[in-house]
Amino acid sequence: MARDLEQYLRPRLITPFCPGCGHGILMGLILRAIDELGVDIDDMLFVSGIGCAGWIPSPNFNADTIHTPHGRAIPCATGAKMFNPKLQVLVISGDGDLVDIGGNHLIHAARRNIDLTIICANNMIYGMTGGQACSTTPQGAFTQTTGQGNPYRPFDLCKLVAAAGATYVARYSVTQPLALIASIKKALRTQGFCFIEALSPCPTQFGRRNQLDSPTDMLKFLMDTCITKEEAKGLSPEELEEKIVTGEFSDGGN
Amino acid sequence: MGWKRMKSILPAGSYYFSGADAMAEGAIAARVGYFAGYPITPATEIMKRISVRFRDTGGVFMQMEDEIASVCSLVGASWAGAKAMTATSGPGFSLMQEGIGYAAMTETPIVIVDVQRAGPSTGQASRVGSGDIMQAKWGSHGDYQIIAICPWSVQEAYDQTIKAFNLAEKYRVPVLLLAEEAIGHLRERINISEDIGIFNRKKKSGAAPFGTEEEDGVPPMPAFGDGDKLLVTGSTHNDYGLRKTDDPLVQAKLVSRLDKKIMNNRERIIDYDSYYMEDADVIVIGYGFTARSSLFAIEKLRAEGKKIGMLRLKILWPFADGLIRDIGTKAKAIFVPEMNKGQVAGEVMKYASCQVISYSQTNGEVIYPGTIVEQLRRLL
Repeated sequence: MARDLEQYLRPRLITPFCPGCGHGILMGLILRAIDELGVDIDDMLFVSGIGCAGWIPSPNFNADTIHTPHGRAIPCATGAKMFNPKLQVLVISGDGDLVDIGGNHLIHAARRNIDLTIICANNMIYGMTGGQACSTTPQGAFTQTTGQGNPYRPFDLCKLVAAAGATYVARYSVTQPLALIASIKKALRTQGFCFIEALSPCPTQFGRRNQLDSPTDMLKFLMDTCITKEEAKGLSPEELEEKIVTGEFSDGGN
Repeated sequence: MGWKRMKSILPAGSYYFSGADAMAEGAIAARVGYFAGYPITPATEIMKRISVRFRDTGGVFMQMEDEIASVCSLVGASWAGAKAMTATSGPGFSLMQEGIGYAAMTETPIVIVDVQRAGPSTGQASRVGSGDIMQAKWGSHGDYQIIAICPWSVQEAYDQTIKAFNLAEKYRVPVLLLAEEAIGHLRERINISEDIGIFNRKKKSGAAPFGTEEEDGVPPMPAFGDGDKLLVTGSTHNDYGLRKTDDPLVQAKLVSRLDKKIMNNRERIIDYDSYYMEDADVIVIGYGFTARSSLFAIEKLRAEGKKIGMLRLKILWPFADGLIRDIGTKAKAIFVPEMNKGQVAGEVMKYASCQVISYSQTNGEVIYPGTIVEQLRRLL
């Protein structure tokens, strides 16, 4: 069954990700969602920007893919979708690409409620360029450019995109694979702007600077930190500070 | 695919249009399917007319959050099969440079109108300039080629917009229409003919979309959804679009083809008009609005028996190097009046062996014929 997904991969390519990277897991979960939905991958367009997550679809997915300049995945996707609404457009890119340099495009596409699905692989850091802080780096976290700990608060991406008007907004970690597959399927079936924040570990750049040296430590950190909305209900604000709440934050009335 | 004659969208006849109206109508005549833009003086009128006209013609109009988004959405729309266009002015053109390089690298046909205003920076938003000539050529990083067209009348604003789409489709390249504020806001009577020549991009399923052995160097371009499983990337890529970011041979081959597909075809692309050139000792090289003033000046001086002529460049990039070299061997002097600090004059100096005099005016006003007469009298 696992090898069935190879039909969606371009032949003779090797995974570009570091050992322990969560993007390979996410790649598999996206393909499982597409497979379970029975969508014809030739009717899909995969759009990605610059950075590690941009390499999830491009060139790996055996379908139409466009790899854009840094931050510009959503405008490119907008142009393609608006001209040919028959294309099922899935944007897969990283937090730095979609939210830092591309943040303005993100909120405006959400406001317009363009019929796009966005999967933001959030590893809380700029991985490809060597581990610099970004707008999703937790306050206090160590990165190449925050040697004394990140002084700034991170964005809550789901609140940001929901407030901008997206139809469907959800957050899951790659350590919650079944929920993430279900969420991707729901987003692909939902009309309007759908945004999924997929937390993905980066042991190479984030873990090693933050006492999470091994890939398993990083996965354990995400498993311990990510809680469901129900689990969050009984916690005090101080306890919640240490946690990441996962689930659907706007379900488009579904 | 290729050339065909198509009916004009507007009924044939005579119209009283602004340059902006004419560029919008030229785009519609060329079957523009997607327009994205961001408001900016003095180019907004193009967007305004397109947004209204698309209700009849069925195009897709998007007002984007900035010019970066506008140009990048053009690339997405073009790969989805659209003839795509935006219109802007200097500050927006600066923001678009990233997308122009991306379109050049991905060989995406797009048309960008730059209604030039007086810069630098915000400058004089509603005043004229032509300070974006070098930016058009060199604005994005790395080595690439674009085609830049420069209209001098409202008629040409219409005709050359159609031409811009044809060149973009033929050579799979961003085509820049370097209008000036004075052309965008000029109102003149123009003629629209019954039918027009339209070039549509070549398609060939299964063929390499980024490599060709054809003489013109332009590969066929399928669209998203055609089932070609396209790989489009701004990174260095092989003939099939697969990233090859550390292969010196792939990089050299790609950059060389992007250059050659324009430069080897430049004799076909270059376009100009000659005025009183047969016996001229002094030659004015003009383009855009300044060429209009220059022609008035030349006709006045001709009436006095002065041997003076003009070469008007209708295509600025690729530059008419061979033509200038040829003229430089015959003329005593070349005079280049411009609403910038000698951007084209510098280029003329590279190729002309005779004396080249640059006249520059950057006060946000057009150069009047009287000024050019006065300057030329000093030479004659």
